[in-house]
Amino acid sequence: MSAPTRSGEPADGSRREFLQRAALGGGGLLLTLSLPGMRSTARAAALQSSELNAWLRIGTDDSITILVDRSEMGQGVYTALPMLIAEELEVDPARISVAAAPVGDAYVNALNGGQVTGTSNSVTDAWEKLRKAGAQARTMLISAAAQRWHVDPARCHASEGRVFDASGRSASYGELAQAAARIPPPAQLALKAPAQFKIIGKPLARLDTPSKVDGSAEFGIDIKLPGMLHAAIALPEELGATVGSVDSSAAAAMPGVRRVLPAEAAVIVVADHFWQARKARDALRITWRSGPNARLDNASIWTQLHSASARTGLSALTSDDLAAPLKSGNASDALARAAKSFNAVYELPMLAHATMEPMNCTADVKADRCELYVGTQVQSMAQAAAAEAAGLKPAQVNVHTTLLGGGFGRRLEVDFIPAAVMASKILGAPVKLIWTREDDMTHDPYRPPIREAISAGLDGQGRLSAWALHITSPSITARFDPTNKDPFDSVIEYVQNFPYAVPNFGLSFVRQEIGIDVGYLRSVSHAPNCFAIESSIDEIAALASKDPLVFRQELLAGKARHLQTLRSVAERAGWGHAPAGHFQGLAFMEGYNCCIAQVAEISVDGGVLKIHRVTCVIDCGQVVNPRIVESQLESGIIYGLSAALWGDITLRGGRVQQRNFNDYRILRIHEMPMLDVHILPSEEKPGGLGETAVPPIAPALCNAIFAATGKRIRSLPISAQKLASR
Amino acid sequence: MVKFTLNGQSQVLDLDEDTPVLWVLRDHLGLTGTKYGCGQALCGACTVHVEGAPVRSCLLPLRSINGKAVTTIEGISRDRTHAVQRAWIELDVPQCGYCQSGQIMSAVALLANNASPNDADIDAALAGNLCRCGTYVRIRKAIHRAAELLRGAPA
Repeated sequence: MSAPTRSGEPADGSRREFLQRAALGGGGLLLTLSLPGMRSTARAAALQSSELNAWLRIGTDDSITILVDRSEMGQGVYTALPMLIAEELEVDPARISVAAAPVGDAYVNALNGGQVTGTSNSVTDAWEKLRKAGAQARTMLISAAAQRWHVDPARCHASEGRVFDASGRSASYGELAQAAARIPPPAQLALKAPAQFKIIGKPLARLDTPSKVDGSAEFGIDIKLPGMLHAAIALPEELGATVGSVDSSAAAAMPGVRRVLPAEAAVIVVADHFWQARKARDALRITWRSGPNARLDNASIWTQLHSASARTGLSALTSDDLAAPLKSGNASDALARAAKSFNAVYELPMLAHATMEPMNCTADVKADRCELYVGTQVQSMAQAAAAEAAGLKPAQVNVHTTLLGGGFGRRLEVDFIPAAVMASKILGAPVKLIWTREDDMTHDPYRPPIREAISAGLDGQGRLSAWALHITSPSITARFDPTNKDPFDSVIEYVQNFPYAVPNFGLSFVRQEIGIDVGYLRSVSHAPNCFAIESSIDEIAALASKDPLVFRQELLAGKARHLQTLRSVAERAGWGHAPAGHFQGLAFMEGYNCCIAQVAEISVDGGVLKIHRVTCVIDCGQVVNPRIVESQLESGIIYGLSAALWGDITLRGGRVQQRNFNDYRILRIHEMPMLDVHILPSEEKPGGLGETAVPPIAPALCNAIFAATGKRIRSLPISAQKLASR
Repeated sequence: MVKFTLNGQSQVLDLDEDTPVLWVLRDHLGLTGTKYGCGQALCGACTVHVEGAPVRSCLLPLRSINGKAVTTIEGISRDRTHAVQRAWIELDVPQCGYCQSGQIMSAVALLANNASPNDADIDAALAGNLCRCGTYVRIRKAIHRAAELLRGAPA
């Protein structure tokens, strides 16, 4: 299965391969966990509804249920994907009930190769597929009506959930659905041209909002099953330690406690209620057996990365992923001949995902099946993990995807699933296992620490003659897929499409493991690479005595989409016209089939940084719902701001030192700058939005700090740096 | 034995009086709209009203609500018609939605005491409510809008 690629936008091969391996999908019963607040309608509809295709159920009561095969974690897929179907089906999206799809082959994301919500490509993947699903169902409904009325289907049309013939006679979809489901799907489908869209592109209300304002939205942590028990888990503070011995006498005697279950590297406490389980967990006396990370701390991690970076590494110049124009030239020769040289090292810390909903999972294991209720981004991997823990076949596990209280890549992992399954199997009852915030913060698959060394040169005329990046970091993909053949993993994301014109380009990677698991975090390598690229371009502009905007525009000459994005952000931000005492910084990125630019406007007064305004402009191709796009831009900027300002996971003795939101700060409402987000009209194919606004904010901010103070911040977070006004 | 009023209904509970109200609501009373986020009163996801004032229920022992009136997200209206809920829907505030019960409870309490809050009032009242998705821009707008609705602006 190959991913469609646009010229200059190779798909990320390694991540795709691992996701393909994750696709273990089988049939599975349709046990829909419908969108709360619409629950009764959708469940009733499921009883007497007709299946028109994998995504669509129409009930005899005219209810329309769309099965969404991507996980709703805030990014809006429970609205955007139904809008695609509704456009061709000719129904008002407000009439639609949404349910989570089960595991199934039909639900594979072709761009990821698995039933996976990640890499910001849900809409890109669904763009044609779901419009076709809607058109297919509409055609079948029209055929059913034409057969009933003995008229030519070509003289019938569909509108507002009904089929009409030329005489004005009509029948509702609910009346036609059973007959329509027996009609063979049409081979040929014509989709509307964009000019005919009535739903796509409109700022429609999100379908999940009502359930999210009255407490009825059902997240994994909210699952209630008859006879359900509750579990807490003791995880080793030292990452990689294992259970030596457990004295559970005090814990086992506490009220409500049913069982204490020691495992290899965890102890599970099952009780009638969570608070009882949690208190009993804290009463366990566990002797942990120290592991290989007993002496791991930040200094040793950075020493490892620093030493490893002396290696030549693997050149990406022959990689299929690298855009062709970057392959000519010779960076080392050009660097040696440069009139002015630039060398800098950028260092990016480990980050935690810190979803608001801590990890949790509910399992109900029976002799021959397992019902799994979980907020997951990877349904088929969750199914496989549960099956293994339960001693069942994957097809015997029904995955009920709940709403996700944040994903950000954390729920691409299945590490929190097996313990709930094992506990349910042993106790013979449904078990909900919840990680505490501290469990979650100290046992995250962190964004890897990354060292990025950049060498660049200017020729005698002050033009960029060479630019080379040498990345040193652990691998994320190696753990997900040890057979992965792509040596570059996800680490060269964005750099493989380095947008700036440079005759001699270099890109190399040294893989250096640090002993702990690292994971995919919102925007993955785009953020560190964008930080290094955009900081360096700013620094080189200063070296060339050029305005950072003008320097970028010169290097992007001939690229209309890039230039338009930059021109627009400069206009909206009033580039070069900041109020007295305010300073601006600019950053650009091409990624997720989008061009995005941000300007941060700041002041530094008495060493205190204040962020006044962030302007963001994006060309994200055709837009399904601008209201959701805007919220994703705001979301990405704020996620990136928290990371830039404070994000820093540190280790001492193999133990993570940040435990909760007091020492892992995230932005609060009173710390918010003014945000101005703007979407450029575009006819490009739809790009991805969930991650795209994250990367540019850190370099935009640091570039502004340089403008304000003359201090160049090359390692994050900013809070670790002393700032002084110029 | 702890007696209190929950969303207008009287409740009598006989259980460990140290149990945080958050877990009493979620596990004993089945009201899961109030969320667990941090357990340390740092994130505000568990915000409820005790006698009308916003309180973090994750550190609030059951015994401390004896004789008091408690309101949760499920109790602010029967049908999402509270002005804050209407404004939240109008502006599509939530993203993942997990923190929103707490945000809304803080907003409702603010507006009960201050009919026309300015941005600084909103910041002060909502600073204890974290949102990892970054819905703050819309939260601010929605509180201003809810204030308008409460003053009788057309819906």
